[in-house]
Amino acid sequence: MSDVMYQQPIIEESLPEPKKRFVFSDYFGPSIVFVFFIGLWYLLSEVILPPQKRFLLPTPHKVIDEGFLVWRTGERRGFQPILVSVWDTAKVALIGLAITIVVGMFLAIIMSTSRWLERATWPYLVAVQSAPILALTPLIRALIDGTQRQRLFVVVLIAIFPIVSNTLFGLVSADKSQHELFTLQGASRWTRLSKLQFPSALPNIFVGLRISAGLAVIGAVVGDFYFRQGGVVGIGAQIDVYRNRLWGAELIASIIMASVLGLVVFLAFGLLSRRAIGKWHITNRGQ
Amino acid sequence: MGMRSADVVDFPMSTSMTNTSSLLTFDSVSMTFDDGTRALDNVSFGVKPGEFVTVVGPSGCGKSTLLRIASNLEANTGGTCSVDRDSIGYVFQDATLMPWRTVQRNVELIAELHKIGKAERQQLAAGAIDLVGLRGFEDKYPRQLSGGMRMRASLARSLVLKPKVFLFDEPFGALDEITRERLNDELLRLFQIEGFAGLFITHSISEAVYMSTKVLVMSARPGRITHSFDVPFAYPRSHDLRYEPAFAELCGEVSHALRGAHQ
Repeated sequence: MSDVMYQQPIIEESLPEPKKRFVFSDYFGPSIVFVFFIGLWYLLSEVILPPQKRFLLPTPHKVIDEGFLVWRTGERRGFQPILVSVWDTAKVALIGLAITIVVGMFLAIIMSTSRWLERATWPYLVAVQSAPILALTPLIRALIDGTQRQRLFVVVLIAIFPIVSNTLFGLVSADKSQHELFTLQGASRWTRLSKLQFPSALPNIFVGLRISAGLAVIGAVVGDFYFRQGGVVGIGAQIDVYRNRLWGAELIASIIMASVLGLVVFLAFGLLSRRAIGKWHITNRGQ
Repeated sequence: MGMRSADVVDFPMSTSMTNTSSLLTFDSVSMTFDDGTRALDNVSFGVKPGEFVTVVGPSGCGKSTLLRIASNLEANTGGTCSVDRDSIGYVFQDATLMPWRTVQRNVELIAELHKIGKAERQQLAAGAIDLVGLRGFEDKYPRQLSGGMRMRASLARSLVLKPKVFLFDEPFGALDEITRERLNDELLRLFQIEGFAGLFITHSISEAVYMSTKVLVMSARPGRITHSFDVPFAYPRSHDLRYEPAFAELCGEVSHALRGAHQ
């Protein structure tokens, strides 16, 4: 062996891993806001609202008593019907989200292959995003059979834009020199897509997923409201019933449960995102 | 440096290789971009086996365009550039590692793109990682590495397929002085072990003289080769070379030529 072979390279230190630690403010902040929120609620329902209108916003303890702690009275009152409806809506939201993801990513991939196609379709995607579902309901009813499919369609319509725009942005944002590295090796379009563009788009895709997931829940609630039939109904339809019958406690309880559903979906995708890309991706917001 | 034993392959100097054909040849190469900018004007030189040729020149003189033409990233508008494109290694200005891949998987990338089987490319990558001194860091992600280590990983990635000609586009330009000099030594060690020919682009005169068998000076746009210096120092070169009078003198000559080229 020669001395050139023996010579041990001197290596700089690798960067230290940031340590996870308990941050007081992570929990303190949300708690303060929660207390403030509950205070505001009491203020609204017991002071600000005129007495004859207080039934519109029952106090928090009344909502808990009547909306959450009563299991079931009659056909629709109590927590059980709310849970059943939320579950029904959750299924529509999740199936709709799955369809949205597949269709949205496919659209984004197609659009990323051609600047012309991107320009041609972009305005319509933006238009879809802001299309008022209310105005489209007759058309949707006429074109799509079955309430379930109609609801899914609404979910896709409302949730698809963020997944398309973020995926597209991610796919076209890979580094120029990384692209050239692939060009030098004579990589095929598919290889470039699967080994360079798609992985480098993942952080953006997950941002899109989280937004779309939240919108899917909104879409499902909106879909419940407009497209329903007998039997089990979604929370959107349930809310409408409570609203018409002026059942304040159930109304607020179902709003809370719909929000909880949105929150769960949002957090689930946040967790999924950290599991999938947390090892290599750091956001620019510091720790 | 200690005694050198017999099994070392000694790479001869370029002067003794004049009759060997070049691995990479530029023959009256010119380059005019679509917007009319003339980047290169009638550039001719070759890189032979065992040679390490460095091109220095003012910013924007078309140095990097040489490499882009050699690697077919861009097509020259005049003259011919001949090279076996399958045996080129290209090291970019930045490390261009894939942040979602570990060091090991990054080093495997080029082999992977050439459809080399998993077991074989893992083995090849492990060898290259050893060569650049990154053993023990295989499972780290690029963001966990320092700039110098990223560059080592980038070098290892190109080493995997054992290219005959290595193109370096200011690879150490963004690194601090100490790291840069360390990597200069590393690269020279690889140059000797692996026996590739090198075409190196840099702004730094001392880096150019320290690394090369030959230094070419390029003029401002449109780039022309105005001077050529043979570097006489024997390999392996050690850090102390940088402080020898002959080294300083040659640096001075290159610098002088470069000033002329600037005008």
